Amino acid sequence: MAATDGKPRPAPIPTTKPFWDSLNEDKVRLQHCAECGAWVYYPRRRCPSCLSAALEWREVSGRGHIYSWTVGRQATHPAFAEDVPQFLAVVELAEGVRMTTTIVDAEEGDLVVGRAVEPVFEHGADGMTLLHFRPSA
Amino acid sequence: MVEYRPERKYTGERIFMLEQWADLAAGALADAGLKASDVNGLVCANIRESDQFVPSTVAEYLGWRVNFAERVDLGGATPVGMVWRAAAAIELGLCDVVVCAAPSRPTPSLPPGQPRAWTPFGASSNIMGSPQAEFDIPYGNIAQNCGYAMIANRYASEYGYDPRATAKIAADQRTNACANPDAVFFGQPITIEDVLASKMVADPLHVLEIVMPCAGGAAVVVASKEVARRCRKRPVYVTGFGEHLMHKTPTYSPDLLHTPIGPAAEQAFGMSGIKRSDVDAVQLYDCYTITVLMSIEDSGFCAKGEGMSFVASQDLTFAGDFPVNTHGGQLGFGQPGLAGGFTQVTEAVRQVRGEAGDHQVPGCEVVYCSGTGGIMSEQTALIVQGG
Repeated sequence: MAATDGKPRPAPIPTTKPFWDSLNEDKVRLQHCAECGAWVYYPRRRCPSCLSAALEWREVSGRGHIYSWTVGRQATHPAFAEDVPQFLAVVELAEGVRMTTTIVDAEEGDLVVGRAVEPVFEHGADGMTLLHFRPSA
Repeated sequence: MVEYRPERKYTGERIFMLEQWADLAAGALADAGLKASDVNGLVCANIRESDQFVPSTVAEYLGWRVNFAERVDLGGATPVGMVWRAAAAIELGLCDVVVCAAPSRPTPSLPPGQPRAWTPFGASSNIMGSPQAEFDIPYGNIAQNCGYAMIANRYASEYGYDPRATAKIAADQRTNACANPDAVFFGQPITIEDVLASKMVADPLHVLEIVMPCAGGAAVVVASKEVARRCRKRPVYVTGFGEHLMHKTPTYSPDLLHTPIGPAAEQAFGMSGIKRSDVDAVQLYDCYTITVLMSIEDSGFCAKGEGMSFVASQDLTFAGDFPVNTHGGQLGFGQPGLAGGFTQVTEAVRQVRGEAGDHQVPGCEVVYCSGTGGIMSEQTALIVQGG
């Protein structure tokens, strides 16, 4: 379990808790709209495509690709000073949703738009799990 | 209008924002030749002293009775957003003299226990229930640099990226700043090579491609045609405007490569009946060079994906064939907080009035301005013309 080092941590609310619970089990679950078929991330009370409340949780592979990336060479916040250079990324999952994340177990050269990635579950000492990604085959 | 000279290190008297509002309003009205009693509308943004009821607080402080009061919350897109809201209210007949102001000088330090003006989360909210607090901040996705860098890298993968072209935006704007004694970088020219050699902050953005924060502030008076005709300065007419928003955090943008300025510009040009080729100068919100590049493209001044070659082949200086940010832009003139976006508006007014001195574009009659808030989150477009 990783220490959280005074970093800002997520505070789930009832609507989003199933997502965080799934990360604790090394699984990725997303909301899927029974009305219009859209995949939804981040979790919401209603579907942002059609405003239906008929959102169901479904487990997905968590695989995807790098949609975009940057290397933060100045800490974006004092709590992230030890993480510099920060490999910040937006990952697009196979279902089409995009997530804010960081790329781990990687070299700078792995940061390429379109690079395939797989999930890495970082279990924190505070009981929260963050969803990072690493390059995959 | 009135604009404080931007200052990197403000050493003047520290006064509260309501007090700055009063000074700016008085200055803008004096420039227009109008009296305080002529004012019947106001548009404000956030002020340090209150996080609610800002319009009525400002009205009370200034002794104004107004028929129209707005608080605009569009980050860097706020000043252009203020001007069009004022113009729309006047067009509806609600009022005929509206003061819009953005005080941005440092305020006095407050005793312990008072709310802090600054948080390390920048424009992101770390309050529980905020999507940013839960899904972005924990990964270190905080503040602007990295968001704009990711937009630039996505652009690069789709259309290609010429670092010399984006560096040229900064260098050409610096040339403009060097013709503007009020600019914070007056007297400090830079080359494309200087930009490329400057520190990398968030790949592919170098420090010289990122705005210089400073102290300042500005106010403009928006008035009806009838009132404007009896003012002491040449009237500058608002003939088109637009606004478009689509995300807070770019991760969740439906389309990162077609920025919100596209629909905003389309609406503004449609309203004014002006063609892109009629525009004499553009004042584009320039928090980063990539913002300028994508604003040129998405506002329709060149084809999508051709911004890099367009910028490389045009002279963007005030003396050039496509003048951009003739005051130096926020990159060269400075970014006085929320008033940063006002620098694009005040420069447009100065150019049309023929008051731009050494950086005057000859015969400048039509100017296009843009505003950008958040991380390409919300953008505003404005077309102004001489009478």
